[in-house]
Amino acid sequence: MSAVQEAVTEAPAIDAVPKKAMTLSLGTSLIVLLLFLVVPLFVKNFIIFQLTTVLIYGIAVLALNILTGGSGQFSLGQSAFYAVGAYTSAILIEHAGMNYALTLPIAGIICFGFGFLFGLPALRLSGVYLALATFALATAMPQLLKLGFFEHWTGGVQGLVVTKPDAPFGLPMSQDTWLYYFTLAIAIGIYIAAVNLLRSRSGRALMAIRDNEIAASAMGVDVALYKTLAFGVSAGITGVAGGLGAIAVQFVAPDSYTIQLAIALFLGMVVGGVGWLPGSIIGSAFIVFVPNIAEGISKGLSGAVFGVLLFIVIFLVPHGARQVAFVAQSLIGKLRKN
Amino acid sequence: MTAMLNVKDLRAYYGQVQALHGLSFALNEGSLTTLLGANGAGKTTTLRAICNMVRSTGAIEFDGAPLGNRSTENIVRLGIAHVPQGRGTFTTMTVEENLQLGAITRKDSKGVVADIERMYDHFPVLKQRHTQQAGTLSGGEQQMLAVARALMLRPRLMLLDEPSFGLAPLIVRDLFKILGKINRDDKVTILVVEQNAQLALELADTAYVIETGRIVMSGKANDIANNEDVRKSYLGY
Amino acid sequence: MELFTNQVLAGIATGAIYACMALAVVMIYQAIDHLNFAQGEMAMFSTFISWQLMQWGVPYWWAFLLTLAFSFAAGILIERLLFKPLAKAPILTNVAGFIALYAIINSVAGLIWDFTIKQYPTPFGSSPFLGSQLISTHQAGMIGVTVVLLILLYMFFQFTRVGLAMRAAAAMPESARLVGINTSWMIALGWGMAAAIGSIAGILIAPVVFLEPNMMGGVLIYGFAAAVLGGLTSPLGAVVGGFLVGVFENLAGTYIPGVGNELKLPIALALIITVLVVKPAGLFGRPIVKRV
Repeated sequence: MSAVQEAVTEAPAIDAVPKKAMTLSLGTSLIVLLLFLVVPLFVKNFIIFQLTTVLIYGIAVLALNILTGGSGQFSLGQSAFYAVGAYTSAILIEHAGMNYALTLPIAGIICFGFGFLFGLPALRLSGVYLALATFALATAMPQLLKLGFFEHWTGGVQGLVVTKPDAPFGLPMSQDTWLYYFTLAIAIGIYIAAVNLLRSRSGRALMAIRDNEIAASAMGVDVALYKTLAFGVSAGITGVAGGLGAIAVQFVAPDSYTIQLAIALFLGMVVGGVGWLPGSIIGSAFIVFVPNIAEGISKGLSGAVFGVLLFIVIFLVPHGARQVAFVAQSLIGKLRKN
Repeated sequence: MTAMLNVKDLRAYYGQVQALHGLSFALNEGSLTTLLGANGAGKTTTLRAICNMVRSTGAIEFDGAPLGNRSTENIVRLGIAHVPQGRGTFTTMTVEENLQLGAITRKDSKGVVADIERMYDHFPVLKQRHTQQAGTLSGGEQQMLAVARALMLRPRLMLLDEPSFGLAPLIVRDLFKILGKINRDDKVTILVVEQNAQLALELADTAYVIETGRIVMSGKANDIANNEDVRKSYLGY
Repeated sequence: MELFTNQVLAGIATGAIYACMALAVVMIYQAIDHLNFAQGEMAMFSTFISWQLMQWGVPYWWAFLLTLAFSFAAGILIERLLFKPLAKAPILTNVAGFIALYAIINSVAGLIWDFTIKQYPTPFGSSPFLGSQLISTHQAGMIGVTVVLLILLYMFFQFTRVGLAMRAAAAMPESARLVGINTSWMIALGWGMAAAIGSIAGILIAPVVFLEPNMMGGVLIYGFAAAVLGGLTSPLGAVVGGFLVGVFENLAGTYIPGVGNELKLPIALALIITVLVVKPAGLFGRPIVKRV
């Protein structure tokens, strides 16, 4: 007769980021913001496009950070929400002639609903089981998008071409540059909202759930509601990123949103530092630029080089970029004392 | 009498927090010593430091040789058995498997089988339940199992961390009787960490009292038990 | 009714692949308490090694044994060099490590042996088994080997000292150290055994799915699903899970309209997850009670 196996809840799988260190200090934030604002003046259009991609993936990694680093739910399925957001925008722009900016909140809301609905059955799963479930979602999505049933809207296997917007009010900047600043504004808005969310009562509830679900529930936290909301919010933000991605790349197709994207976003979160929101952009830069660097080093072994570079990063900073930030912060603190 | 365990200037740290502030004491071979103190005084930390389960500095000598930076499992292999707080029972394994695990480092399989039978003699309730999952045993039974598991090592020194925790007084008395027997008959040196000072002082021959990481009192268990001031200031009764 | 029975039998035949892989998955889970995403790639690489040995004229069974030994050693080496340093790092960082390992092995295999598919021999022949149209002798051989592996693993864990020590180290590492077990080496041993079992899985699977660097991708996922379905701590559960997954996959493909080849995987996973929602510890897993 198999007995019940008792397990004292062990140390949480996701280590908490101390509240003080959750974001950059005001000074550092302003410097970073300044850098982001002036960079397009010095680089070519293609680099601006790459930077826009970094911002977009940064938003998606941020969403994953809220879900995993915030509420402790593991997700390998973000690519599915990204895809839904992308297709929502694409379909609204191309089939309904909607203004691209308006499609983003709609993509966000639809993905929020989608994420919330997924979060409901996911309540009963955790850890490796939740990983499998989200993995299933991610692998299903490209196939669902290819289904003949939806082909009229989705364009089937070939996908849809999306018109790139011009700068509004006849501003004298290239499409890429306009899109960059547009994305930057949205990214900043989402970042500030996310920081405020994690610092609020709701944020504390989320983190209580992450650290010890049973204790949180015993303290009156509505665990089910918060966990599904976390999925919803995370999916919604990822959907907005997807919409921006569709506009930036000018193209949506099922095979652009495979499990590889979900894995890349996961890696971005780890490299940036799980739960450390500012790290999202660093993780995103890693997943955008390092594969190219790897390919530059060796075309035939690009995967292996990427793997080696990834290993080097996680050996040096197992807790991600936030480790570097902490060290820098304490060094600066020591210098100030002297 | 030779000192089996010699601890000098032990300081232990949990991260940045210092829990032990220079502990020094010695255990004579064959003695039964108790380490008393309130919650958070550093009793568990002391045992953990001996087994290198927590970061520490200082010199610990076992049988005259320094333990150095040996890993926990290598310290155990020297003959130091440690029954941790919460008993550390392998809850998903059977009672008998738990006993086999206690002897897993021994090479004499016949001796192990004989010792398992001896444990069943010491603790008949374990024999009754020997194919049961250890997690289904009651608190008292699990404590017996933990002690038996430690004895399977044929240790020279046995460390016990709050064996009375969560147990009814009658069961604690039985347990302590058995510990006394083991100390006398099997010649096992024992160090018992306890919050239940009264029973521990009845059992032990030597006692140390620890408070916020420092030893504040040491001597014969009898003397400390009979010293009303000490009892009231440090032991609360 | 006959279609149903046929599909079930066919499902059991393909399920042997997943059962074998699931055994390797459970093995590593017993050792390190989580899943290794690079296990499929390690199995693939081992299979390529055996293929290469045969290309150089080594007879099948010698190649098999040498590969087994190589995989065991490689598994230990990879753990000692790449994952022991990460032992204190967060789990998610370790997962990133598995992904990195996946990328490295896949890329190196592609470079050495390129991505064209290769035939891989089977020692069991591929004629119909006992005259049945659905199960070939190779598939019957796969099922047989899987069952033998299962029995050997069960005996290892239940009746040997090392097996007991490994179970203890995985279940309660601190208690295990307190009885003198070197938990660090138990992990390395677990990796070695998982790699060896994985290589057997790869060698059995290659004749069916053909040998190429991406051959294990889907198989590993089904292997995970099967292991999880069976209850991650139970080798028997893994094997039963594997057969069930094979059957699910076949029935889904046959009876659910619109499910082509590509949707089989998500549907199978969805079915498994439905089972898990009802029985969170898997079919043979022991329910875990969580205390605060």
